[in-house]
Amino acid sequence: MKPTDNNDAKGAPIFDKKLSRREMLRLTGASGLGLLLGGSSVGGILAAREATGRAASAPQVSSADVIPFYGSHQAGILTPAQNFLCFAAFDLTTTRLADVQKLLQSWTAAAAALTSGSLIGSANDNPNLPPTDTGEADGLTPSKCTLTFGVGPAMFDGRFGLAAKRPSTLADLPPFAGDSLEPQWCGGDLCVQACADDMQVAFHAIRNLARIARGTAVLRWTQEGFQRTGNADPKGGTPRNLLGFKDGTGNPDVTDDAEMREVVWCGSESPAWMQGGTYMAVRRVRLRIEVWDRSTLSDQEATFGRHRQSGAPIGATDEFAKLNLEAADAEGKPVIPPDSHSALAHGDGTVKMLRRSYSFSSGMDLTTGQLDAGLLFISFQKDLVKQFVSIQKRLSKNDRLNEYMVHTGSAVFACFPGVREGGYIGETLLG
Amino acid sequence: MKFSYAFPAGLLAASILFAGCGNDNNSNNIGNHSGNEAAATAGAVTNAAAPDASAPAADFTAAIEQYRAYVIEQCDEFVKQTEAFTTAVKTGKLEDAKALYAPARMYYERIEPIAEALGDLDPNIDARENDVDPAEWRGFHKIEQALWQKNSTDGMTGTADQLLKDAQLLRAKVETVDINESLLVTGAVELLNEVSSSKVTGEEERYSHTDLYDFVANVEGAQKIYELLKPELTKKDPSLAQTIGERFDALLAELAPFKSGDGYVSYETLKEDEVRKLSQNLDALAEPLSNMGTILGV
Repeated sequence: MKPTDNNDAKGAPIFDKKLSRREMLRLTGASGLGLLLGGSSVGGILAAREATGRAASAPQVSSADVIPFYGSHQAGILTPAQNFLCFAAFDLTTTRLADVQKLLQSWTAAAAALTSGSLIGSANDNPNLPPTDTGEADGLTPSKCTLTFGVGPAMFDGRFGLAAKRPSTLADLPPFAGDSLEPQWCGGDLCVQACADDMQVAFHAIRNLARIARGTAVLRWTQEGFQRTGNADPKGGTPRNLLGFKDGTGNPDVTDDAEMREVVWCGSESPAWMQGGTYMAVRRVRLRIEVWDRSTLSDQEATFGRHRQSGAPIGATDEFAKLNLEAADAEGKPVIPPDSHSALAHGDGTVKMLRRSYSFSSGMDLTTGQLDAGLLFISFQKDLVKQFVSIQKRLSKNDRLNEYMVHTGSAVFACFPGVREGGYIGETLLG
Repeated sequence: MKFSYAFPAGLLAASILFAGCGNDNNSNNIGNHSGNEAAATAGAVTNAAAPDASAPAADFTAAIEQYRAYVIEQCDEFVKQTEAFTTAVKTGKLEDAKALYAPARMYYERIEPIAEALGDLDPNIDARENDVDPAEWRGFHKIEQALWQKNSTDGMTGTADQLLKDAQLLRAKVETVDINESLLVTGAVELLNEVSSSKVTGEEERYSHTDLYDFVANVEGAQKIYELLKPELTKKDPSLAQTIGERFDALLAELAPFKSGDGYVSYETLKEDEVRKLSQNLDALAEPLSNMGTILGV
């Protein structure tokens, strides 16, 4: 399979079949009710079912609404960022490797259902039992739901006998200047990144995975995220962060397989179990929104090194114009400040990573009355140290943007390679 | 909480029919791995539970009788302990009253779903300050407030008398409760839900901070039901029975360090992460426990 198979619409025929099962489940429930009310014969049941089928306003599902779950890489990495994120880090409460295997097998079966819009499990119509699917996404489209799973460095401590399998690049991040990390936003044995074009679909996924994990793993921290929706921006321009600037303009091209192998996907340099996988860095960045809102436009633009309205580098008009860090004004001063965010993030252009961040708003800081909002920064790279750490070191020392933000959370995860049908996520490590 | 069999019987017929259709519908659905599994399982479960002379229905008679005996035994002790407590209140023995308060309540907390099935008894005995109209507030927590917040038994004589009468009424009425297997199954989950919604947060015993007594008693009450249903559950789903057993053990082990003498430490002394761990252990237990309904057929 091509690396991008998860991200196109090739799974359409499979999906059509899934939809028929979904219809079946829904109709079964509806006609069961019809029977109860009418106390009718078998013929009556069938008639009721037919009638319900015609009357039902089935969700208008198109294949473009489904991101295939199975494939050589996990979905949710190269997948163009969906509208919403629900991120969860888990701690394992078991010390048995077999329990972890069982959890990931259960999660795999659930994820296949969740991403295709099916109900999870078989006990959804037994009146004596709690339904195996919590139901709030019943009748909703799959909404491009993707679930991306990973393991943190903590998994390779003494508990599961996996210490020898820890990739050297997978370790807690070193302290960066200006970090103000709070333990409740850091770390985790496992992570699940749920993305979807509907928040209820994404939340439903995390809720059900957490439910399935009970007794084996517990939630450690969660963060919901958003960006402009497809409806708000039908042209699909680069999203703006909460500081009003376009964020992600300089990302590598996800349709370029060679570049993705260069930047994102682990290859032969990695342990066998990670080949086809990638490493995720997650940083919860609180933005000092009130301070930013009082700074002048020219300060703001100098901070990013870009124009706010167009997203173009300072001095240019095209958003995607190359960053010309050599350009100087009449007095010989660089047009783009060397300590601006884009100049520092770009560096000499040799080190890249794939960013896939979301904004968050977590209400109000009760102490200050200020907005508790910011960016859940997420990046994918094949080497955390050479890519994320080297760039972040540069930024943390000099970035003008540091005045307007504080890093409150931090975690890294090894995101497994993709899973084939019949297999389970994490099989290469635990199998 | 009581269960009518008319409803599931109707659903059953529909489920069998459509589980069959579902399988046909999915028989060529090679791509939908989990869907096939789910449909196949649904079909299998439905068929296994169909009224079939060769599959004898589970017999809960013994379990129900044993549970009835347990409830009466707990009620007897509850009345006795409540009498000692209310006497201490009425005679102004503040420290005695404080010492007797939480242990007396444990007998009630073990069988709380039964009391809840008996109309107004639960609010009369166990309402918290903002649960009911202030004019109607009575019972344990009103006295709790006096003992711990006002540090006095003053003015509590009437409330104490009323509480003992309510406890005695519970004992009398409990004989009439129609206990069936469905009540047992839901009752066990309700006991843990009680912990999850008010004990874990420390809201239940907001003046005395004796929440751990209630916590333990609720868990013990649920465990009693599980033990009584375990033989049937093991026949039907041995791995579920085992999981529930293990999770009771894990939760009780988590509670053990908080024991102090014959009782438990103040809930105020628990650290945030200790409360969270207790809560997570509780959820880990309550989730499989809520699947005990599998023994009820369908």
